Formats: sequence, C-alpha cells, structure tokens
Amino acid sequence: MTEAREEVDLWISGTEEPDWVLSSTDEGAQEIQQEESEFRLREQLGSVVTDDYVFDDEISDDERMIVNMGPQHPSTHGVLRLQIELEGEIVRRTKPVIGYLHTGMEKTGEDLTFMQGPTNVTRMDYLAPFHNELAYSLAVERLLGIEVPPRAQTIRVLLTELNRISSHLVALATNGMDIGALSIMTYGFRDREQILAFYERTTGLRMNHNFIRPGGTAADLPPGWRADVKAIVDNIRARVVDYDDMLRDNPIWNGRTRGVGVITAEECLAYSITGPTLRSTGVEWDLRKAFPYSGIEQFSFEVPIGSQGDVYDRYRVRIEEMLQSARIVEQAAEAMPKGDYRSDDRKVTPPPRMRLDESMEALIHHFKIFTEGFRVPPGETYEAVEGPRGELGCYIVSTGEGNPYRVHVRAPSFYNLQGLPIMMADSLVADTIATIASLDPVMGDVDR
Amino acid sequence: MTDQMDVPELADEETRLLPADQTLRALLEGFPDARWSLSAGQDVVHLPSERLREFAETARAGGFELLSDVTAVDWTSRRPRFDVVVSLLSMRHRLRLRLIVGADAEVQSLVPVWPGANYAEREVYDMFGIVFVDHPDLTRILMPDDWEGFPLRKDFAVGSVPVQFKASHRVT
Repeated sequence: MTEAREEVDLWISGTEEPDWVLSSTDEGAQEIQQEESEFRLREQLGSVVTDDYVFDDEISDDERMIVNMGPQHPSTHGVLRLQIELEGEIVRRTKPVIGYLHTGMEKTGEDLTFMQGPTNVTRMDYLAPFHNELAYSLAVERLLGIEVPPRAQTIRVLLTELNRISSHLVALATNGMDIGALSIMTYGFRDREQILAFYERTTGLRMNHNFIRPGGTAADLPPGWRADVKAIVDNIRARVVDYDDMLRDNPIWNGRTRGVGVITAEECLAYSITGPTLRSTGVEWDLRKAFPYSGIEQFSFEVPIGSQGDVYDRYRVRIEEMLQSARIVEQAAEAMPKGDYRSDDRKVTPPPRMRLDESMEALIHHFKIFTEGFRVPPGETYEAVEGPRGELGCYIVSTGEGNPYRVHVRAPSFYNLQGLPIMMADSLVADTIATIASLDPVMGDVDR
Repeated sequence: MTDQMDVPELADEETRLLPADQTLRALLEGFPDARWSLSAGQDVVHLPSERLREFAETARAGGFELLSDVTAVDWTSRRPRFDVVVSLLSMRHRLRLRLIVGADAEVQSLVPVWPGANYAEREVYDMFGIVFVDHPDLTRILMPDDWEGFPLRKDFAVGSVPVQFKASHRVT
C-alpha cells in the first residue's frame, strides 16, 4: 500500500519534477510564457483597436477554452459576467458581458421631476449614493443658476467624503475576501457599519438617501453629529492604519497583489479609466483638485498616487484616500458654517413647515413643488464629481419643463470595466478575482 | 420647446464667437464650420457630423487626452433627429469641452481616436439606434440581444408588461 502511494505521489517536497508535467494546470508549468505578439502589445497600448473577439491565428482553437464566469458568482461583485478565454491556466482574452442589472434608470429619470431626480440617481451606484446625488444636484443647480449656502456645501463635502471612506472600506473588505483574507472582510464591514449608522441618523436611511437635493440638502445635521463624526474619524484613523499594518507587509497579500492586474497610465487614459485605478498608475488627477466643487478647495488634502498600476497599488491608493478623506471630514466638521442648509430661493425650496399653517399661498406653493416640481430654464450641462470609483458625471438637458428632457449619468464603473480585459490579459485564472475586486465595479453603476 | 434648442445657422467668419481660452482658440482655428458657444458657463462646440472624427483627432493631439463621455439626445421632430454629445477632458490644460453633432442614422465612431469610446458608443447604439461607422463591435450592450426598439428614443413608450395574476382569474 505504501509503495503504491509513493509511485503516484512522485513529487512531494524536494523530489525531481517528473517528465509528465505537461498540462499547464500542473505545478511548475506556470512558467510557460506567452510568445511576444507585437499586435497584442499594440492592442494593449491602445494604438490598435479590435473587436473583443479577434482571434490570434497563431494558436489553434482547440488549445483554447472559453469559460463563462458569472453572472451569478460570489466574486464578481454583482451580476458581472465574464467570458474568459483560457489557454491552460492562462487567461488570454476577456469579454465583460453586462446589462443584467439594467433597469432603464435614465428613462425613468425623464419622467421624474427635478425634485424627485435624486431618488433615482442615488440607486445607481449604491455604494456611493451621496456622490450620485451631488452630481445630479450640481447639474440642476448650474441650469437654475442658483447658489447653495455655505452650510449646505460643507454638509455635502462632509457626507461625500464619509461616503468615500465607506465605499473604500467595502472595496478593501471584498478585495480581502476574494483573496482569502477573511479578517479584513469582517473588519471593513464593521467600520462601514459605523458610518452607515451615522447616515441613518442624518438621512433616515442607510443607503439610497435622497438627502442632497437641488438647492441644498433635505435637512440639517442631527443633534450630536459632532460627536458622531469625531468618533468615526478617530476610529477610521486608528483602524485603517491597523489594517494597513496588517496587510502591507503580509507575504501572502503581497504575493497575491503585487504585479497582478497591471495597467499603464497610457492605457488608462486611452480607455477613459479614472479614479483610484488611474491614480495607481502614477497620474495625479483628482477632480476635487482640478475642478473643485462645493467649496472643497478650502480644505487641505493630498492626492495619493501609486506607481506600478497593479492590485497592490490600487489597494494602497484606497488606504491613503481614506485617511485623506478623514482629514477633510475633520476639517469640514470644524469649519461647519452657521446658516441655512438649503437655498433661500423660494423657487426650488419648499416653504418652511411653520408657514404652511398660516399661509394658503405657502401651502399651494409647497404642493406645487412636490407635485409638478420646479421649472428649470432650457439648456444642457455636464457636471462631474470625483466619486470613489472615478469621474461621476451627470449630463442633463432641460427644455424648461418640470422634469428633465434627458438625464445621463457618466458611470465610472462602466468605463473602468473596459480596463478589465487589459488587466487580465495573459494573467493566471487565480488572479482574475483579485483584479476584479481591485477595480471595484458596482454593477448598479455599470448597468443603471 | 424643442425649437429653442435648435442649432442656429452657422455664423459668418467675421461674427463667429471665439472662446477666451487659447487652447480652444487654437483648436477651433482649423475648423471654420465649428460653432463655439457657452452653455451655462461650459464650452460647447457644435460641429457638422462629417467633421467629428477630424476634430476629435485634432483635439486629442491638442491636449484632450481623455474622452469622458459619449451620449445622445433624441429631439423627435427635429432634423437631424439626434444630438450626439461627446464630453472631452484635457488634464494638462484643466479644460472640459463638449462636442455636439447632429445625427440622423449614423455618425463617425470615435473608437479609433479614443478606444475608451467603445462601451459608450455601444450604449448609445443600444439606446438610440445610432450607428457608429467604423466601430469594431457595435452590438447591444445593456439590453438583451434580441430586444426590439431603442428604449431611450422618445417614441419608445415606457409601457408595461402584462402580468398575469392567478388570483384575478378566480371567480369568487
């Protein structure tokens, strides 16, 4: 019995590699390198564009296998489906297939009034609802030509930066989970829960807030918000550094993330990839610095960048961004101006509750705003904010009615997904999920 | 209401407005038929659709390294029926520019200039049925492959799907 086992298990540690290691699923066969194809190189650099389905004629079809991953797969972060063409254990080509979560939200947006718009867009990128609402509100406000009071602006900055932290915590947690670091998964979700609890106290909901609206915010910050924010900032500062200490020098984490899913700055620009993915390649580009919105220019923060453009750098950029956002949140809480939390323009702001009891006109006005909505002058505009995943833009066309003629959201995840085939080309199957997780796509944002 | 949004006749060379920004001014010099305007404080250029690709190539060479968005608007009764809206971003000049071209059925694809236009143009094709000439893989992206019609066209009704409730057939 023992002898028979030894014959089969030829290569326990230290023994010679047997001759029959030929299949690329075997250990030791991973050194097989793909021949350098100039065409593929140019394709990756973006100088040649082809259909996702172009075949390399050099390798016959029967050596390749097309595997469908998703749409129901725990590591695809929603209903992303990938058609992966494998050659042994090496991913040669990838085609993302999307649309499984498409619910026509842009069409819905045409039927909703400008006042109801944020309820719609907040459901697109459900991990960054405040950023969606902010982009929409900024676009509507630009068409209206109204100014938002300073307090509303600072509340917006406070909430969107908290939102960046909570979104990056999910990215970190799921990235860890996909690689097998389960502790970071529980830690990330635990700390996010604290932030979501603050959202709930502020807006009434943990997600899909509809809190940032054209003209300001829906309400003022709740009593005791300073203590809550301070607790969050202190917690994030201590914990995120802990997590970084835990992962930064961890040999398994390094082995799974360094040099994996690499993309260059040129490819990012060619494929319209923005956000942490672009910054991880060394491009210092942040819309908060380039086109500041909501008075974010008065707060001091830095734009962290990477150099390699791999999964590890994207993880580092997100960690640093969380700490920078914590800085902004702290400054915003300190500098919170007094005053009104919404515009005093009676055209877009409903009359205060007190007035409804004493004035018939106020009641009618209130009713009109919430049924017909306010009218927005004709025009078209595009406003973008720096979402946790990149440039989150909103294009609105108004014809002077109470609802927009066209609403379009420039979803960062949608554009970033174009980088996936580049990152995954000629990598191992095992690196696929690490790459997807580091790109952090939200399918609600991709499909809308 | 739609009439207000129409593109007016192209102005003469003398009366043509030019932007203050030097980069944009230099870019527009080679395109006398491009009409620049400010829309809510943002730079917009209306172009004849046959010059879109040429303008895009010049713009990319002139510093607009990132295409941030491609979308469309359906003006049902107008000719050309659609506006294809392309948002460009120049990082080195910190500048945004929006190109608007009228299109009836087809328009030049920008994928040869910015490969990142791929998904966005597929989405516009999917939603509006505008064909992008020279696009490498113009297929539906969000809707099912066998879907009929183009959902974001104004004449595509929101409609409803007949849902059969068993209870409604029960006679009590």
